[in-house]
Amino acid sequence: MSPTNRTVVVTGIGATTPLGGDAASTWEGLVAGKSGVRALEEEWAADQAVRIAARVAVEPLEVIPRPQARKLDRSAQFALIAAQEAWKDAGFSGKAGEEGSEGDVEPDRLGAVIASGIGGVTTLLDQYDVLKDKGVRRVSPHTVPMLMPNSPSANVGLLVGARAGVHTPVSACASGAEAIGYAIEMIRTGRADVVVAGGTEAAIHPLPIAAFGNMMAMSKNNDDPQGASRPYDTARDGFVMGEGAGVIVLESAEHAAARGARVYAEAVGQGISADSHDIVQPEPEGRGISHALQNLLDNTDLDPAEIVHVNAHATSTPAGDVAELKALRKVFGDDADHMAVSATKSMTGHLLGGAGGVESVATVLALYHRVAPPTINVENIDPEAEANADVVRGEARKLPVEGRIAALNDSFGFGGHNVVLAFRSV
Amino acid sequence: MAATQEEIVAGLADIVNEIAGIPVEDVQLDKSFTDDLDVDSLSMVEVVVAAEERFDVKIPDEDVKNLKTVGDATAYILKNQG
Repeated sequence: MSPTNRTVVVTGIGATTPLGGDAASTWEGLVAGKSGVRALEEEWAADQAVRIAARVAVEPLEVIPRPQARKLDRSAQFALIAAQEAWKDAGFSGKAGEEGSEGDVEPDRLGAVIASGIGGVTTLLDQYDVLKDKGVRRVSPHTVPMLMPNSPSANVGLLVGARAGVHTPVSACASGAEAIGYAIEMIRTGRADVVVAGGTEAAIHPLPIAAFGNMMAMSKNNDDPQGASRPYDTARDGFVMGEGAGVIVLESAEHAAARGARVYAEAVGQGISADSHDIVQPEPEGRGISHALQNLLDNTDLDPAEIVHVNAHATSTPAGDVAELKALRKVFGDDADHMAVSATKSMTGHLLGGAGGVESVATVLALYHRVAPPTINVENIDPEAEANADVVRGEARKLPVEGRIAALNDSFGFGGHNVVLAFRSV
Repeated sequence: MAATQEEIVAGLADIVNEIAGIPVEDVQLDKSFTDDLDVDSLSMVEVVVAAEERFDVKIPDEDVKNLKTVGDATAYILKNQG
């Protein structure tokens, strides 16, 4: 009989984000309160209502050789860069089971779960331009494997040699978190010993920007790019689109111990729910979010008394930011008083399906370093936010230096998807 | 004006360099696209389309499978170029 309730830990981290080309520089930027948001200088941006975004700090072509990069959508390029870093960080190198590879893992017990909210949208749109301008024959034969939403996951699976299963849960901006939740379950229930998991997104292109802009979901604070993403501030007017990827290596505690791996944190588990309220509007009282938080508590041995930090979903939209904090207060009551809430999207922008990946990296590092990154740009805090939560504003804050501490990473998506992940110090 | 064998090999070398990153000097008549030059089946379609454009030749899909080496492609283009 296979084990069904195994402990899962995080043994590797990787990221490429608007704040840095790896997890260390991203973390440094987060703790320093830096904004990765810039004015869009591209010619197409001139006609847009939204002319700001958070591009990655390091262009993927600086890392991936051109012949390889030209067969990969930008979202898969980000995923590969973050996965490569996480894989190496966990003490592995090369394709599992192949000659010259390092680190002890059976390919049949190795999985990959990388999600994206939109997938290869820029490839699709670019190739449609080729079709219109140059004709059928010139459409790239690589188009399909580049644009399919499972492309980042499949390419990461190929990179590491994953044969236990390669998956791609899609739930808009909750996708990255759902991927990590799925990976935790693969290990917990005994399907795999090691899973490379995270999220990626590359949607800074005129069409998605126009579309999100017309939904009135994005900030139009074009005159102040670095001040535009302002979760919990009374003047918040929508999210700022970011791009990049965050990937972690999850592993059964037993497997990690057997190979002497460094453990960053325990991946305690997840709580999932759906709003069933509206296709895009958050349920204003946060009922679906409360349900997800309650499921997390019911599914795991997490004790609200040990939760000291929440990496909030908080995208800087008027309704969503406050609904989440109401849910935290409703479920945790007075325990919410000792939870330092950080909205790192104030610095990275909103990476859509990549957000859960990058923010899981941030949450794990917050526990590891015992520091909560700040929420920047909160000049006048929304009274409803202040009444319900302890928002870390302006500067990073130290977390308790001793004892077992836990942290949550919230991710919610269009469609009413709610995913809450919990990590704990070891 | 029709291209010479030398010009075709040089042209294919540029194309393979762009698509697969192989140094132009490594693209020789006896080299296999898949085994020696890191051109997978999908990239081979790209090589063919680029060659069609450059040498004013049509290479139908059913003929592509016969073009295993740079020499095969060069001979095909020499024979069929417009």
